[in-house]
Amino acid sequence: MVKRIYIREEYCMGCRLCEVHCLVQHSKTKNIIKAYKGEYPKPIPRIIVEEKGYVSFALQCRHCEDAPCLEACITGAMYRDKKTGAVLCDEDKCIGCWMCIMVCPFGVISRNIEGKKIASKCDLCVGEEVPVCVKNCPNEAIVCEEEK
Amino acid sequence: MRYVLIGNSAGGIAAIEAIRECDKKGEITVISDEPRIFVRGKPHINYSRPLISYLLGEKVTLDKMPYRGEDFYKDNRVELILNRKATKLNLKKKEVVLAGDRKLPFDKLLIAAGGMPVIPEIKGLNSGGVFTFTRLADARNIKNYIRTNKVKEAVVVGGGLIGLKATEALMELKIKVVIVELADRVLSATFDKKASSIIENALGRKGCELITNNTVVEIKGKNKRAEGVILKDGKKISASLVIVAVGVRPNIELVKNTPIKTNKGILVDAFLQTNIKDIYAAGDCCEAEDLLLEMKRPIAIWPAAVRQGKIAGFNMAGARKEYPGSFAMNSVELCGIPTISVGETYPEGKGYQVLECFDQKNSVYKKIVLKNNKVVGAIFVSDIERAGIYTGLIKDKVDAASFKEHLLKEDFGLISLPKEYRKHLVAGEVAVI
Repeated sequence: MVKRIYIREEYCMGCRLCEVHCLVQHSKTKNIIKAYKGEYPKPIPRIIVEEKGYVSFALQCRHCEDAPCLEACITGAMYRDKKTGAVLCDEDKCIGCWMCIMVCPFGVISRNIEGKKIASKCDLCVGEEVPVCVKNCPNEAIVCEEEK
Repeated sequence: MRYVLIGNSAGGIAAIEAIRECDKKGEITVISDEPRIFVRGKPHINYSRPLISYLLGEKVTLDKMPYRGEDFYKDNRVELILNRKATKLNLKKKEVVLAGDRKLPFDKLLIAAGGMPVIPEIKGLNSGGVFTFTRLADARNIKNYIRTNKVKEAVVVGGGLIGLKATEALMELKIKVVIVELADRVLSATFDKKASSIIENALGRKGCELITNNTVVEIKGKNKRAEGVILKDGKKISASLVIVAVGVRPNIELVKNTPIKTNKGILVDAFLQTNIKDIYAAGDCCEAEDLLLEMKRPIAIWPAAVRQGKIAGFNMAGARKEYPGSFAMNSVELCGIPTISVGETYPEGKGYQVLECFDQKNSVYKKIVLKNNKVVGAIFVSDIERAGIYTGLIKDKVDAASFKEHLLKEDFGLISLPKEYRKHLVAGEVAVI
């Protein structure tokens, strides 16, 4: 079954805990202090928090059924995991051409350019039962459910 | 069901995947005139063409060139015929004739033969050291030529995307490059003057010379090897390597003298079918709908080729899917500066509104083009983050009247969009873009 992350903006408080947990989860050391202060290339969060006035929400890759990034990728680095249905980037193959950034209508793929240039995006926390952004959201503003 | 696919790049490969989604049994045969490449004894049977400049500039090694892995053809049960050209179509018998006279009968045919480099009229084009630059073999031949002839100076004819990517690769190899461009600036097909000027300045800083409003009329050589070029205005430039990159055109050789209709490219309907039943076309060789200009024209870009190949594949396998159309877009990094251009980037005529911010010192430029309050084009130089949101607005033809003053703001995001549209996007009801 394909899991999806659903956004409930009316519950989001803009606390950005999801961002912190996402960054640490995608660091080498998985240690918050080392992740923020000691790692090179510095890990970056794969979730984006948007905020304006009283409205805020956290947003990450939607793992679209008809994903434009899969079509735009010139190297074949962007692929769909057959088991989970997640759209993943093979960082070894990615050359940082940013075609995926050009076509993602959610704007949730970022450039990670401190080391080798690679497209950085949500991987649904490979290996974790529940993505860390969902697990650590104090107000259930991001929830993970099997596809509706 | 016998499927025959001509072409083993973006369009052909996407078609294989689509056909196999709907039809696990049919026979698929793919024909390509590309040779098999061996890397440390392992055969590679496809590669990504846009990567050839990275290969030449030694940013990517040969083993990273494949677009799909070794097992792709086995897993999809595809018979792959490499190093063979399809030379003739026999529409009555429904068969493709290959060089060497082998005949392949088909029930459904896809022509995804790609593009061909445009060869301008230049005297001395047959000299050694003169190359076009669209295939892996070109990159390897250029590399060998540079090595054997200790090339120090090169002329690149054409300041478009291919010319500039070639230039960048040559500069990585410490070769001095002079670009000769017929227009008044580089990337004149997709950029406006401001965007072009940022790239031109960056090229200049890296030691590349640019000559505009001019062209090469003759290549001079000794012992059949290029030694320099003569320009239209009589100026001479010394160079032992000349790369001709004035453009590409659809490869329609195979359908010439057949009833298959062509304009610049092979004409297709909304289902990617040509005027002849069961014969489809996709990618750089075809002319499909431009969503913005509302007309058919070749759009030789990777994402369009994949989308077209995929939809052609679905239709060939009996799942009826309509092609929504595409529009010009490209993302390319030049001299370390990322750039994205989408849609109508330098509109002419009335009814357009242009929003822009330009910081030449820091090489930053953002431009949004609106028509009737809808975003129809955009250019991003250096700051390309979240550019896809604008591409989405163009594709969905969203009315931007209520939020257009936010379009260029630093914090522009989905939050700036009308609540209903945003909800539709973020609710996980996945938008089909």
